Amino acid sequence: MKFKDYYEALGVERTATLADIKKAYRKLAHKYHPDVSADPDSEAKFKDVAEAYATLKNPEKREAYDNLGKHPAGESFTPPPDWQQHFHTGEAGLDDVDLADLFSAFGRGGGGGGHRRQSFPVPGQDYEIAAPVTLEQIHRADQIELSAELPEYDANGLAHRVPRTFQITIPKSAANGQRLRLAGKGGPGFNGGRPGDLYVSLVLQPHPLYRPDGRDLYLDLPLAPWEAVLGASVHVPTLAGTVELNVKPGTTAGQKLRLAKRGLASADGSVGALYAVVRIEVPKTVSAREHELLEQLAAASNFNPRTHFA
Amino acid sequence: MSTPLSESVWLNDVDVCQVEYLAEVSGLSIEEIEDLIDTDVIKPVDAGTPTRMFQLRYVVTVKTARRLRDDFELDRRGLALALSLLQRIDELQAEIHATKARLGHPR
Repeated sequence: MKFKDYYEALGVERTATLADIKKAYRKLAHKYHPDVSADPDSEAKFKDVAEAYATLKNPEKREAYDNLGKHPAGESFTPPPDWQQHFHTGEAGLDDVDLADLFSAFGRGGGGGGHRRQSFPVPGQDYEIAAPVTLEQIHRADQIELSAELPEYDANGLAHRVPRTFQITIPKSAANGQRLRLAGKGGPGFNGGRPGDLYVSLVLQPHPLYRPDGRDLYLDLPLAPWEAVLGASVHVPTLAGTVELNVKPGTTAGQKLRLAKRGLASADGSVGALYAVVRIEVPKTVSAREHELLEQLAAASNFNPRTHFA
Repeated sequence: MSTPLSESVWLNDVDVCQVEYLAEVSGLSIEEIEDLIDTDVIKPVDAGTPTRMFQLRYVVTVKTARRLRDDFELDRRGLALALSLLQRIDELQAEIHATKARLGHPR
């Protein structure tokens, strides 16, 4: 079993009072709580803080934790022999048990002997896993496979992490952050409590071409200056394949050319649009012939894009 | 369409559920959810009908509420205030995201 330094996680001394521990937890929770912090690493940090607080705020659990002694964080250690007797682990031991799961078992009846107190139904824990998805996968309503290590509890209430695989079909109307609730697929309940749920959260991956806004997609459409002035027929990639788009003469930079029903589908069956946002690109180097023609154009043209400056 | 607890469902803005479902999946009390309704954090699909229905996406909202209540030991007023502010942040982030999508990639 790996040792975790709960005092270090909360940034308090081992002699800290309950009030000190609570104060430290609140401060760190404000900083790292995943519903409040924008830092993507905050969830893991908050998990450590919450785990430490859950043990140290409970005098009985704190005493048991203190009896483990002080070890460097992450170091493998063997709990005292009476722990294995308390948890009736026999020869299985506690090697593959997470320290947090062990202390959770204290509160809900695990461990037998003096620790078996609660008899009311305790619902199972909910879990959430992130599923990275691409726009193409959403458009095709792909089936994806997800793996997660979820706890299964032995007869003594101790959690053992077991790899599980789920196959889910992404709906065409899926959006970034949307969740799938798999009822009863989370942690098991205790004393007749219902099992927890598993939530799959879709995380839309950035696309090299398309930028989604709701059900609409935006795409940069680079045009050569002469294409913008003279008009052109250009090929534009969409999620459903390439389409031909007529660019009218006199098209300006920033103009949005709308391709109806080339965006993402909604749950009600409607489909968003694809907007091609015009960018006028100029060649960084030109040939002598091109230079000559541009010089002629400059001399012949009376176009002044800065008339409003005067 | 009302959603039974045993199903696996996508939490979207089309399918709906009753307030009891939100309470069941979140662990909040009906009274706590009523506070969120009173403060417009959660809005029924059609407030005029006898049985109020809520978009399934609100499951995420009530679960967030439960986490905040437990992790910060918030009372009912504090919880409604925190969720209102988080909702405003979400709306502002969505506006920034939409603006960035329309403006295009910087070169």
